[in-house]
Amino acid sequence: MLHLTPEEWTAVALSLRVASVATAVSLPFGIAVAWLLARKDFPGKALLNAVIYLPLVLPPVVTGYLLLIVFGRRGIFGAWLADVGIVLSFRWTGAALACGVMAFPLLVGAIRLSIEAVDRKFEDAAATLGANRAWTLLTVTLPLALPGIIAGAVLAFARALGEFGATITFVSNIPGETQTISAAIYTLTQVPGGDAQALKLVGIAVAISLVALIVSEWFGRKAGARVHGV
Amino acid sequence: MVFDLASDMILVEIDKKLGEFALSVKFEGDSGVTALFGPSGSGKTSIVSMIAGLSKPDRGRIVAGGDTLFDSAAHIDKPAYRRRIGYVFQDGRLFPHMSVARNLDYGRWMSGAPRDDAQFARVTDLLDIAPLLKRRPGALSGGERQRVALGRALLMRPLLMLLDEPMASLDAARKREILPYFVRLRDETKLPMIYVSHDPAEVRQIATRVVRLDGGHVVATGGVELLGQ
Repeated sequence: MLHLTPEEWTAVALSLRVASVATAVSLPFGIAVAWLLARKDFPGKALLNAVIYLPLVLPPVVTGYLLLIVFGRRGIFGAWLADVGIVLSFRWTGAALACGVMAFPLLVGAIRLSIEAVDRKFEDAAATLGANRAWTLLTVTLPLALPGIIAGAVLAFARALGEFGATITFVSNIPGETQTISAAIYTLTQVPGGDAQALKLVGIAVAISLVALIVSEWFGRKAGARVHGV
Repeated sequence: MVFDLASDMILVEIDKKLGEFALSVKFEGDSGVTALFGPSGSGKTSIVSMIAGLSKPDRGRIVAGGDTLFDSAAHIDKPAYRRRIGYVFQDGRLFPHMSVARNLDYGRWMSGAPRDDAQFARVTDLLDIAPLLKRRPGALSGGERQRVALGRALLMRPLLMLLDEPMASLDAARKREILPYFVRLRDETKLPMIYVSHDPAEVRQIATRVVRLDGGHVVATGGVELLGQ
């Protein structure tokens, strides 16, 4: 059986919390941005698209450093947020922010594709039946895009779970506060004799990711059947 | 004559350039069934799409049910969702993720009106779709799908019905099955309808008035005798 130390259990629980919060909080923004990119033309669209995909191509340590500059205690937004009592740097909430930012391109990409795949003729039909833009989105477009939204959320969750570079740069590696599974594995591989413990955490990381993928596949298939009207 | 429209009158007077194709039509309709009849490419679907508010004319005026839906001179352009026009599409366009019952109830739900079980029963009886309520659109035949689409449009209490080749995707047997429902609808309601078709036999059975189109223009208006023999 698994014999994990309390600190390691803490790291596992923290990772799950960070990844869940990162996914849940970024989901509404991800849907909004994906809808804008899929259905609207506006000045600056290409720039918005590039900025959203930036974390995918930047070295994670650069993203983490940028987060520190913007959301650190003396950062542009960080100082203002600290005044209203929200501190992100060196807290688990900051880890969630870093993971959310790193996972955002994957989330938006999957949802955007699924919204683009929704046939606009159903949106036209909804309009003739009295649905304004917002209701059409809520009752027709998003339900039809649901398989892609689920896939995007799981992808984002898995990415958030594995995030390392941006997180450790922005919120460091504090046991019990910001030390996720990845950071704990990294720490264990730095100390003599830590390999066995690291391997157990590796096993847990693989198991969580596998379960997430299987659950998403199952949900995706169910949602797909609904969408195809049978 | 003073241009005074009764409330069940329809007036369509629109110009629209679609690439190389120039659409310029003017016609009127009444409480019966006005058929837009003409070969494919004569602009029929573009016209109903503009009446529904799904696309915008370059210039002109659209009045239905005593309500100005579009008037370029007066800068009036009601959005589609506020026009209350029942649109039956060629391909039905039932929402695939909803049951037949929820599809039928969608217009009522969006309008925020209270549920009207009597009206719901009347329409499902008129179209014989009560046994289908629990089914998904994917499990319907072509004829059943079009009857549900017709019911969905009727239940939103429209001021005007647009029927865009509602039988075009059906085979001859299905057409014979569904045509009586359109006739029943014409005879049992006072709802003005615009019926798009390129099939003279179909138009002869359903229309009370014919607007003949060709190349984006009205070439003749009158009764079903316009269709010849």
